[in-house]
Amino acid sequence: MPSLDLFLQPEIFLAWTSALKTVVILGIVLTMVAYSVWAERKVSAFIQDRIGPNRVGWAGLIQPIADGVKLLLKENFVPAGVNKFYFSIAPSLAMVPAILVLAVLPFGSTLFGVPMVIADLDIGVLWVFAVSSLGVYGIVLAGWASNSKYPFLGGIRSSSQMISYELSLGLSVIPVFMITGTLNLGEIVQYQVDNGWMVFPAWLQSGAGPLEITTDSGAMFGLSLEKSLLWIPMMISFVVFMIAMFAETNRVPFDLPEAEQELVGGYHTEYSSMRFALFFLGEYAAMIAGAGFIVTLFLGGWSLPFIPDGSQGWVWGLINIGVFFAKVAAIIFFFLWVRWTLPRFRFDQLMKLGWYVFFEVALVNIFITAGILAYLKS
Amino acid sequence: MLTILFWVFSVLMLASAAAVVLFRNPVNSAMSLVLSFLALAALFVTLDAYFIGIIQVLVYAGAVMVLFLFIIMLLDLKAEARRKLNIAALAGGLAVLGGFVVLIIQVVKSLPGSSDHFPALARTGYSDVYDVGMTLFSGFNLPFQIIGVLLLVATVGVVILSRRSLR
Repeated sequence: MPSLDLFLQPEIFLAWTSALKTVVILGIVLTMVAYSVWAERKVSAFIQDRIGPNRVGWAGLIQPIADGVKLLLKENFVPAGVNKFYFSIAPSLAMVPAILVLAVLPFGSTLFGVPMVIADLDIGVLWVFAVSSLGVYGIVLAGWASNSKYPFLGGIRSSSQMISYELSLGLSVIPVFMITGTLNLGEIVQYQVDNGWMVFPAWLQSGAGPLEITTDSGAMFGLSLEKSLLWIPMMISFVVFMIAMFAETNRVPFDLPEAEQELVGGYHTEYSSMRFALFFLGEYAAMIAGAGFIVTLFLGGWSLPFIPDGSQGWVWGLINIGVFFAKVAAIIFFFLWVRWTLPRFRFDQLMKLGWYVFFEVALVNIFITAGILAYLKS
Repeated sequence: MLTILFWVFSVLMLASAAAVVLFRNPVNSAMSLVLSFLALAALFVTLDAYFIGIIQVLVYAGAVMVLFLFIIMLLDLKAEARRKLNIAALAGGLAVLGGFVVLIIQVVKSLPGSSDHFPALARTGYSDVYDVGMTLFSGFNLPFQIIGVLLLVATVGVVILSRRSLR
């Protein structure tokens, strides 16, 4: 069949598989966005001893669709005195970077021999930082273009917060590169498959440890001296990274840009209808992308100990994808749990915490990692 | 394909670079500069220099320009937008620019080998991050280390200075 051969030519094969992966991932993530809003309301209801949405569909499961329809049908109101151009592009500028980050996240091993990542870049980690640092433009421009004091304060707060915490975010992952020796997210996951997860390095493919158990699949369980020493900086990195991610995604306890009691609604006060919904979607999409990044860097990505990758059959490939999204969902639940448990920081406390604590901790952590690696190499 | 991309991004970069000086509203100028940086990064990527391209986005478009925009937004933009175009200054500027372009062309033409075609750079088979790292650490190790220490000292100094001013 000549038509099938055409589809299997390397370049055309790459093009249509990438397009297919993009569509599927976009679908999964947008569904997750809708249902994390539902989960947010359900979890907050559970924590506050309420019931939460339960009218639309079973247990309120169709609520996100009803919300979407409502937002689409509302009037798209543009207040007088706004800068119309920036006012209308700001919501897209806030949404697009969060979605673009997903392009480099390895969401599975392989399926029918096709790697389950949309763009396998050698600079994957830098791509994530570069693209997510562009997300601040949407928020700043929304605050400025609204020509109103509360959005402006929210935009200013948000940009200074994101710039400050980007530093600790970037510095806290440098120990991960020092250990794995690569910037490619797929290779970082492969390192964790072989050597144990960054935050729980308790299994080894090879190499002996004092507490090792050999199983049938050849994988070994145990901790070596090397692993336990490197585990210390990895835990510090993980904690700093996680907290900085809360600040980057404007989540409680760092949600000063939209603190309702002080700023009405923050940078999106003047927005209505679908433009408001884009900010909302962008915020949750950024949260999901951030959770995916945490899972990829520290929690072993799509891997689960003693479960083979996609080269052993497409069932395992699908299971790996499921494992990745299950881990992402667990991190998102943690985000929600924190939001409804902790009070909000004051703005000066937030900036002090970022500049005087996390920045220094992340910097010192790099030196600790370098010292341990030098000791282990000698 | 690459030629088309080259022309698209070059034209975009030059047009937005011109827009930086032509716009009267400083926010428009700043956003045009961001667009120009992004197009420049895309040009680096078409040359397979992913690392340089992404650093361009990360440092200039993502960090430096956000700070610029931050400061611009705190200014009184209406006064800036109302300022009239000064014809004499414009003519003087264009004359200087024209003279400079002619000078550059003359200098480049007089260089030996300016009309030769050089072979494309050979691929090493490694990622460009690896190549940049190997070059820096093997060929230029001492200057690289000195710059690293300098930047670290500057960073620590900034934190200390900001802490003192708060007291």
